[in-house]
Amino acid sequence: MKPCNHCADFSRSTLLHRAAAEAGRGLPSIEPGMPLPAGTGLSRRTFLSRAAGLAISVYGVDKIGLHALESGIANAANGSTGRVLVSVFLPGGADALNLLYPAEDAIYRQLRPKLALPASAGPVFSEDTRLHWHPSLSPIAKLHSEGKVAVMPSIGYDHPDQSHFTSRHYWEVGATDANLRTGWMGRFLDTVGAPDNPLQGLSLDGALSPALASTIVPVAATDGASYGFSTDHVTGGVEQRLYDSLRQIGATAAAKPGWTGVAGNVQVQANRLREQLVPFGQEGFKPPVAYPEGGDDGFPRQLAGLAAMIGAGLPLKCVSVTGPGGYDTHADQPEALASGIDLASRSLLAFQRDLESRGLQDRVIVHVWSEFGRRAEENGSLGTDHGAAGTGFLIGNRVNGKLVGEFAGLKDGLDDDGNLRATSDFRAVYSAVIEQWFQADAAAVIPSAASFSRPKLIR
Amino acid sequence: MSLPVYQGPFKAAQAERLLWRAGFGPKKGDAAQLAKLGLVRAVQSLTRPGESKLVGPEATDDKGNPLAPADASGHDHLWWLDRMVRTTTPLVERMTLIWHDWFANSNDSVGSQKLMLQQNNLFRKYALGSFWDLTMNVTKDPAMLIFLSGLYSTPDAPNENYGRELMELFTLGADRPGGYKEDDVREQARALTGFTADADEKTGDYSNFRFDPTLHDNDVKTIFGQKGNFDWKDSVRLVLTHPNHPSFFVAKLWSYFIPTAPDAATQADLEQLYISGKYAVAPVVEAILKHPALYTGPSMVKPPVVYNAGLLRALGRGVDTEAWVYLSSQAGQQLFYPPNVSGWDDSRWLDTATFQGRWNIANYALTTTSLDEGKPQKALPKDPLKLTRKALAAAGAPTLDAETAKLLVAFSTAALGAAATDPDGRTFPAMTFNAIRQLAAVSPAQQTC
Repeated sequence: MKPCNHCADFSRSTLLHRAAAEAGRGLPSIEPGMPLPAGTGLSRRTFLSRAAGLAISVYGVDKIGLHALESGIANAANGSTGRVLVSVFLPGGADALNLLYPAEDAIYRQLRPKLALPASAGPVFSEDTRLHWHPSLSPIAKLHSEGKVAVMPSIGYDHPDQSHFTSRHYWEVGATDANLRTGWMGRFLDTVGAPDNPLQGLSLDGALSPALASTIVPVAATDGASYGFSTDHVTGGVEQRLYDSLRQIGATAAAKPGWTGVAGNVQVQANRLREQLVPFGQEGFKPPVAYPEGGDDGFPRQLAGLAAMIGAGLPLKCVSVTGPGGYDTHADQPEALASGIDLASRSLLAFQRDLESRGLQDRVIVHVWSEFGRRAEENGSLGTDHGAAGTGFLIGNRVNGKLVGEFAGLKDGLDDDGNLRATSDFRAVYSAVIEQWFQADAAAVIPSAASFSRPKLIR
Repeated sequence: MSLPVYQGPFKAAQAERLLWRAGFGPKKGDAAQLAKLGLVRAVQSLTRPGESKLVGPEATDDKGNPLAPADASGHDHLWWLDRMVRTTTPLVERMTLIWHDWFANSNDSVGSQKLMLQQNNLFRKYALGSFWDLTMNVTKDPAMLIFLSGLYSTPDAPNENYGRELMELFTLGADRPGGYKEDDVREQARALTGFTADADEKTGDYSNFRFDPTLHDNDVKTIFGQKGNFDWKDSVRLVLTHPNHPSFFVAKLWSYFIPTAPDAATQADLEQLYISGKYAVAPVVEAILKHPALYTGPSMVKPPVVYNAGLLRALGRGVDTEAWVYLSSQAGQQLFYPPNVSGWDDSRWLDTATFQGRWNIANYALTTTSLDEGKPQKALPKDPLKLTRKALAAAGAPTLDAETAKLLVAFSTAALGAAATDPDGRTFPAMTFNAIRQLAAVSPAQQTC
């Protein structure tokens, strides 16, 4: 993909989010008009949770000690059978008119002389035969044929904002409000969550997800990083004996008074943890089904680890993860879009099969979203520019596998800027998920929730 | 007044503890040399230092370029770590670290390495000076004005942030008998109004920090029952002359050097020393460093940066990599980024996560002098005891207790013994040498002082 000169705000958005996720560490100054990511400035504490078998960073709620959080996780994990929402973000604004494309539409071929895919390229979308699935979405089409996918072909909101940063912020906070500082899932957890279980809102990206930013209850992030330590130029038999000695030296010191004793105990614990901890998604961990391998396998590993965490009874409720690929396809869109979508959809299919093989399929739904779609008319660089409505999917065994909002077509469905108009609202989807999946009160979470008519998302 | 002075033997072991508590540990030969001075002169060499110098090679980034502490991310940490490693006046740097923890501001919200360094130099200037002058200057310090909302606190909307922390964390302590009340917090906020600065429209950066009388609340305030048209200088004067201040100051300062609270007589005598010395810090520190509790009491945990700087000092290695920033952060302490306004929590230095950070610090400190097991190492002794001694000598000769030393020899014996039957056995002596150094550097005896 060629560098995108007029998209400095996108990389900046990424930077800002990363910085915000690091609890404001080195936060660059904010440009005028750019909303601060939700959760900016939340405190972060990192610890190794034995109850979770993970290194996790906890955000917010400073007053609760790490020991209390450890036992909070353990208590909540005890027989956890609750429902889980997994939010998968496709960064950059994925092109709705490429993901589900109106193959035979004359206007489409006119607007997309180079980028339009032929009808033969992808399978027909059974609920609206004007549309075809992008070939790389075949795994999702398969799940759709099993009735497990609700497709939102044109999802967005009125008066769309074409800034990556602002639009993403709206989706994250669940409102078209630049000043909101809590995420929509964070506010949901604030109403139903536990004061001592940070895993209820878990980001798999290693840093706080703004959509999970809460004010009352703690939330967490993990990158599944393995615990361990090594010494340069020490391996094999000598390394094994080094750990034996480490344990002995620690145990001997543990008997001493004062902080020397504490240091000895910590040394023994650290060595035990090193031996015991095989984190989810790391080497040594085997999922029950095959996930995509080779190349950039971060996303499939994250999902495989997630299925294992849910299977192990970890008390998760809302999970956030960034999908593979980059969708800000101003240039060379065909390859860029296809490679990301291919890995994303094959991984999501494997995840669904993994859940099914573990008997967890009725406990998990996956929401796939992007901050906006792209311009109907292609640009001169084999790409497309920022648009309005985008594509969304809700995937799961309990998902009502029916279209959410229509595809309005290119004759009537474009706004004055030549962008796809939204036929469904993301806040309606959030409200329906809160009510139908979690049986909670959407009005307490989504501003003006009553004004959005709910699609039936769960069966 | 009769503050007790340690009367036991003052040998290298005691001198080493003093160097760790009042600095960043010994360089090669430092402890023995200090011991020769005897306790009192040894302490005075720290509390009454000569001109400060930085000795040894200058710090660089990973590419060998000079640091840019005001501009490059992380170079602020490296810049200070370098001072800790190379200074000839370690207690000055250690006191600077104490004030950074005492008046803890984080660049997380200050957002300017330049202003943080300016504040750091303020702490250094008053390191062993007058707490009165220090608190006065901190109150109008730009980084502090940003961090605790002193800017733009106006008569219409006085901000209570600084006034509250000034009393709770800096000078008096919360919820103590005879302490301040919520009314005092509100009135302090009014007295502290009037600071302002100019914000750059483009960058948002502040400059021209100043007190503007037209932005100050000029009405009468009531603080600690006294009435007056108080301003920020009165604010500081009132807290420093509050009867609860000396006891707060002494107990807090003591806790940085000795992990158990002073006995009542010592506490009272130190308070008197502080007041009769007109808020001078050096005499109080000097008395604490001479106190028997420092030498006969239990050990303390070395803060991560102290551990890191100490390893480099012992190894004679300068700051030559940016890795120290993230490694120190992994161990729980990135300079200029304390977790909150109350500073780092000394009771939380050691857990399994920070142990990993300390392990990595030790590995990284030692890696430049570790042996390549793939190359012939003819000079290595075959005898386990001799190999252990050689390895420890090449690890900065860390002081170890007898049990740890014995276990290292046992490790050396087991590893060298296994070489005979292992297909990779010829690599074992070099790897054993490396492993001994790592085990010694992370041992509980070296994590504490």
